[in-house]
Amino acid sequence: MTVSKTLSDQDRKTLLDMSLPPVTMDVEKGHIKRFAEAIGDPNPLWSDESAGGIIAPPTFLRMMITEAPAPPELAPFPQMLDGGSEWTYMEPVKPGDVITAVTRYASVNQRSIAMGPAVFLLLETEYTNQRGDVVAKQRNTLIRY
Amino acid sequence: MAENLYWEDVAEGQELPALVKQPSKRQLVKYAGASGDFYEVHYDKDFAVETGLPGLIVHGALKNAYLAQVVTDWMGSTGALKKLSVKYRGTDVPDDALTCSGRVTKTYVEDGVHQVDCALTLVNGAGEQTTTGLATVILPSREK
Repeated sequence: MTVSKTLSDQDRKTLLDMSLPPVTMDVEKGHIKRFAEAIGDPNPLWSDESAGGIIAPPTFLRMMITEAPAPPELAPFPQMLDGGSEWTYMEPVKPGDVITAVTRYASVNQRSIAMGPAVFLLLETEYTNQRGDVVAKQRNTLIRY
Repeated sequence: MAENLYWEDVAEGQELPALVKQPSKRQLVKYAGASGDFYEVHYDKDFAVETGLPGLIVHGALKNAYLAQVVTDWMGSTGALKKLSVKYRGTDVPDDALTCSGRVTKTYVEDGVHQVDCALTLVNGAGEQTTTGLATVILPSREK
């Protein structure tokens, strides 16, 4: 069966108007340490309380991605490549924080890549803590093909 | 790790100490577990090949973390990372030596805040620049 690998104007509009389900995470000290080990970063800021209190490494929030299936408009493009990220940081993330990530598709463009037809999605995520402060923002380019 | 790096100590063109990372498949699995990114292209070779890739690839976000470490190691505990961007220009494979480096491109004061911009690169074992990046850091000033 051949799946039509195109995205209509209506599909693009649907994606641009959509709000993705928010993701919430309790930030835990042990998880920060385990993450720091997984990226091979021994900086005491991520693990040593005496260094002034533990904070999360800059890319820690990257894990806050919805587990919900991709919207049906993107079903013909099941494979993914990460194109890059732009982070802006306002406040450090610390153990005990409760972070909520809200993501939307800021742009949706169809292009061709070596593997064939692809969709370039710009995902904008805003991360807010339990006090309502925006702690960080990420603009992530996701290529689906 | 730098102890109390001050803005006045930094000049345009200065190199940030480079890091060489050589993530094994095991490291990719650890990263998958810690980050919750279980996309199979990072640990299931058959799956990766079916998607059109030559084989397993390193998580882009792990390379992002490596370039972040170049900056956070250099700026020490008194610096603050304000912006960090990365562009993945090529995929990387496990067990390859990835050299992560940075260079100061601009030092400036904006609204009384002492800032430094850095250009970042990640170069694979074949000498290809597979990731580039930019960072903006706030540093303490001796004037204060």
